[in-house]
Amino acid sequence: MKNTGKIVGINKNMITVEFEGNVKQNEVAYAVLGESRLKTEVIRIKRNRADLQVFEDTRGLKMDDVVEFTGELLSVELGPGLLGQLYDGLQNPLHKLAGELGFFLQRGKHINALPEDTKWEFTPCVKPGDKLQAADAVGTVKEGIFTHRIMVPFHLSDRYEVVDIAESNKYSVKEQVALIKDKRGSLIPLSMMFEWPIRSPVTLYRERLDPAEPLITRIRIIDTLFPVAKGGTYCIPGPFGAGKTVLQQITSRNAKVDIVIVAACGERAGEVVETIKEFPKIIDPFTGRSLMERTIIVCNTSSMPVAAREASVYTAITMAEYYRQMGLDVLILADSTSRWAQAMRERSSRLEEIPGEEAFPAYLESTIAGFYERSGLVRLRDGSTGSITIGGTVSPAGGNFEEPVTQATLKVVGAFHGLSQERSDARHYPAIDPLDSWSKYTGIIDNQSRNHTVRLLSKAHEISQMMKVVGEEGITLDDYILYLKGEFFDNVYLQQNAFDSVDMATSEERQKKVFSIIKEIIDATLDLNSKDDARNFFNRSRQMFLDYNSSEWNSNDFFENERLIREWFHKYRKAGTEIETHIFRQALVESEMDSHFSRAKTAKTKKGERLTMVKEENAEDIQ
Amino acid sequence: MQKIYNKIIQISGNVVVLSATGIRYGELAVIKSERGDSFAEVIRIDGKLVYLQVFAGSGGVSTGDEVRFLGKQMEVSFSDNLLGRVFDGTGRPRDGGPTLTKNLIEIGGPTVNPAKRLIPSNMIHTGIPMIDLFNSLVESQKISIFTTSGEPYNELLARVALQAKVDIIILGGMGLRYDDYLFLKNTLESEGSLSRSILYVHTAADPVVECIMVPDISLTIAENFALHGKKVLVLLTDMKNFCDALKEIAITMEQVPSNRGYPGDLYSQLAARYEKAVDFEDAGSVTILSVTTMPGNDVTHPVPDNTGYITEGQYYLNNGRIEPFGSLSRLKQFVNKNTRDDHRPLMDAMVQLYAYYQEVLEKKAMGFRMTRSDNRFLKYGILFERNLMDLSVDISLEKALDTGWRILSECFDPEETGIRTELIKKFWPKKKQ
Ligand SMILES: Nc1ncnc2c1ncn2[C@@H]1O[C@H](COP(=O)(O)OP(=O)(O)O)[C@@H](O)[C@H]1O
Ligand SMILES: [Mg+2]
Repeated sequence: MKNTGKIVGINKNMITVEFEGNVKQNEVAYAVLGESRLKTEVIRIKRNRADLQVFEDTRGLKMDDVVEFTGELLSVELGPGLLGQLYDGLQNPLHKLAGELGFFLQRGKHINALPEDTKWEFTPCVKPGDKLQAADAVGTVKEGIFTHRIMVPFHLSDRYEVVDIAESNKYSVKEQVALIKDKRGSLIPLSMMFEWPIRSPVTLYRERLDPAEPLITRIRIIDTLFPVAKGGTYCIPGPFGAGKTVLQQITSRNAKVDIVIVAACGERAGEVVETIKEFPKIIDPFTGRSLMERTIIVCNTSSMPVAAREASVYTAITMAEYYRQMGLDVLILADSTSRWAQAMRERSSRLEEIPGEEAFPAYLESTIAGFYERSGLVRLRDGSTGSITIGGTVSPAGGNFEEPVTQATLKVVGAFHGLSQERSDARHYPAIDPLDSWSKYTGIIDNQSRNHTVRLLSKAHEISQMMKVVGEEGITLDDYILYLKGEFFDNVYLQQNAFDSVDMATSEERQKKVFSIIKEIIDATLDLNSKDDARNFFNRSRQMFLDYNSSEWNSNDFFENERLIREWFHKYRKAGTEIETHIFRQALVESEMDSHFSRAKTAKTKKGERLTMVKEENAEDIQ
Repeated sequence: MQKIYNKIIQISGNVVVLSATGIRYGELAVIKSERGDSFAEVIRIDGKLVYLQVFAGSGGVSTGDEVRFLGKQMEVSFSDNLLGRVFDGTGRPRDGGPTLTKNLIEIGGPTVNPAKRLIPSNMIHTGIPMIDLFNSLVESQKISIFTTSGEPYNELLARVALQAKVDIIILGGMGLRYDDYLFLKNTLESEGSLSRSILYVHTAADPVVECIMVPDISLTIAENFALHGKKVLVLLTDMKNFCDALKEIAITMEQVPSNRGYPGDLYSQLAARYEKAVDFEDAGSVTILSVTTMPGNDVTHPVPDNTGYITEGQYYLNNGRIEPFGSLSRLKQFVNKNTRDDHRPLMDAMVQLYAYYQEVLEKKAMGFRMTRSDNRFLKYGILFERNLMDLSVDISLEKALDTGWRILSECFDPEETGIRTELIKKFWPKKKQ
């Protein structure tokens, strides 16, 4: 008999339901509205009443309408066929929906996530008698460029023995490919797909490892100064229009990982369109296949139901965990985690929970931490490793980082790419503020050079502030040159044109090379005799580097531009001086080890203690 | 079948509560009070209690007034007969013309499937260099004019509307001052555009809550014309008033405010409207240009802030001109790659140089000696403002680009501009002998 209840209250996307049988927290229920059934999730139970968040528009529902409980937790389908898909927050395939419904979404319409008619070439890897447990492979299929492991469903917690295994052949996801039995001898048929509740982390690995290997994004300021690690976490807070989404878009294109899951969470639908339309056409130079083959998009944009937005990040991370379980490196890009937090806030407000800061619920922090905790580099039981890296944008109200979501996120991530309005206004893209940002991870450049460079930038900034007080005439030529060096490094290295086909992505190799040339210039004592001289030198150098940056790697142009740069630089390099000179040493003494880490950061944050702590830890970590 | 009730048990703010059964969430009702009829919408059901948001406000509503439930949601008539007409915030004629009752459609329909959206590709030329050159407006874009009261934002709105090559213009006015309404109407009329326009106007004199329906009605009509192949431009002025009406209702409903009294779902509410901007495959499009006034010129105020996060950019109108900083078109890169080779690099370089100019200005204000290079920037800033920023400038994009190069060459050596050599060779004006 079906467990049902009836509606006794409706408040926007929240319904209150009276029931008689048993109801489980987070179980899925359907509100019946004429022909259609609206999907809901139980989010609070009090005696014989449950509050359900409705994943769709509630207009038209009324008192006493029937609600059917399913007994199942909110889950996603896992199996071959996820890659290349465009899903909504509850894993409905949007292309398929468009095929059936045309321009508009329609509530009450649900389609299975995995294509059921596709046949996959299955190759078994076990034989009858073999012992298995959850997540062990029984065979593999080819999914695009990947060897997709067909695994024992994650929820099977016993030890099992293979009774029967399908032979190599083509099967669809629902066909049986294996038969196993548990200790008591009950037989369990396995197909190539199973379900997993999205709110439960998958932890079927041997151990979590320290994320030590850099994840190459091919964005210079990130890889060189504020790196991200495979299995690590990072966040990108910034005011609107500062470039969060563009940064994630180019990362989704260029990052060197196996799989990218884009979680478009509560922002513009238009931003996803570019990815949907362009990725199938872009060939990934590393695999020779279209980028779409390594991408999954979970798209619950701002005008789609708010409750489904809240669920969408979990839908994304659950699919990531599934592929990590195959020994792959997965990157999740969530844009924006603030919209997710706001969805939580809306829900909390309708539940009339006691509000915390800015009306966010009291559990905001632990929920954010819980989400990022699902990242990680892990060693699987077969000895191979897999990773999930999470990068989330944060959209702070008023662009002020002093707000609950930014603060809660900063506590748990390993790198912070703070975007500044000033930089984006001046079209200095990517607008990551080098004086404010930090990363605990090791990148492609040794930490000493990294610190060195950040200190140069910090010193150059100090001098520019000084000039505002004492004027250009008030500072020494040496200081002026140092200031120009900082500007120069910023202009030709940190800034990167996302819309130039070459400059858009800089390989690790190229970064190392260009960085070493620039380092020579900024470490050198230059033969410049006046401020005008100095300005002209750096203007010309900038010009040459811009030309260099936009020339194709290892093309004739590239070598020619490099030759010109070296020639030009050697003319001005003071004879007899070696790398690293008194000017810079002096700067180092003045700006002190920790000055850039703590000063820049505490300045921006009143509630600075937490942040300072993170920064200091961070400063130590990079030593 | 309509249900009629005569017992209102609570009146507070613009919300009334009564006991009723079989009522659907979102259903429309009509309340007959001594002040006349008003629409009301079911915004909450709690057991037998039904909460109604009264569009005309609850002033004068009595506990004994008749409440008639219509068994349907808010609807509006859609046909070509709308063209040239003026309505109020709930769709009643404001121009003395006949009430339209044919072909009623529900307002605030479902969301477009993201899979069906197109990449925007048509630039809308306005003749305003700060738009065309620096932040191109694109068909199907949703973009807002950020400004303060007293600025000529309605003039700018009208100017863009008349320049844009669209089939239909829909004006949604919220809390519009009467003379602003007349100005907009007369401008459309004098340019011969009224016959392709539809006006939904809520004026400052009308009940506050009534303006809540304006964006929904305007956009529903726009969407339907777009589905019929029309290019529609929707003008919404002033969205600040729309947000204030939302705030008022949220407070009445005792919702916990998130920021300065505004409800926590302000972002979602704005998104539900702005996301109606769309380009339909093999059909028409909806472009939204709105006005958002910022109290105290404060862009961090919740209304401009949430708007900025959801729109595809903003034109920051300040001191009678569109500022390069703070202004942004997020769609410009879809169109400025197909204009002229120099469009993007020139745009970037000019704004970067203008940012330096601002710094030099600061230095100058502090009384420091200006260097030779500083003086170049000062000259640049003035030429830029005079020849490109001034709103009276009305030139084609081509002309604007040429003007840009001319200004650069009058002020700087090529190397000072940060533009790649290849482009300098191609576009830098040759020195006159
Ligand atoms: N790296 C970049 N290079 C060039 N332009 C950029 C870059 N990042 C952002 N922009 C410009 O700024 C606009 C806003 O960026 P976006 O990423 O959408 O901002 P946010 O997501 O922070 O609101 C983009 O549409 C683009 O015009
Ligand atoms: Mg964004």
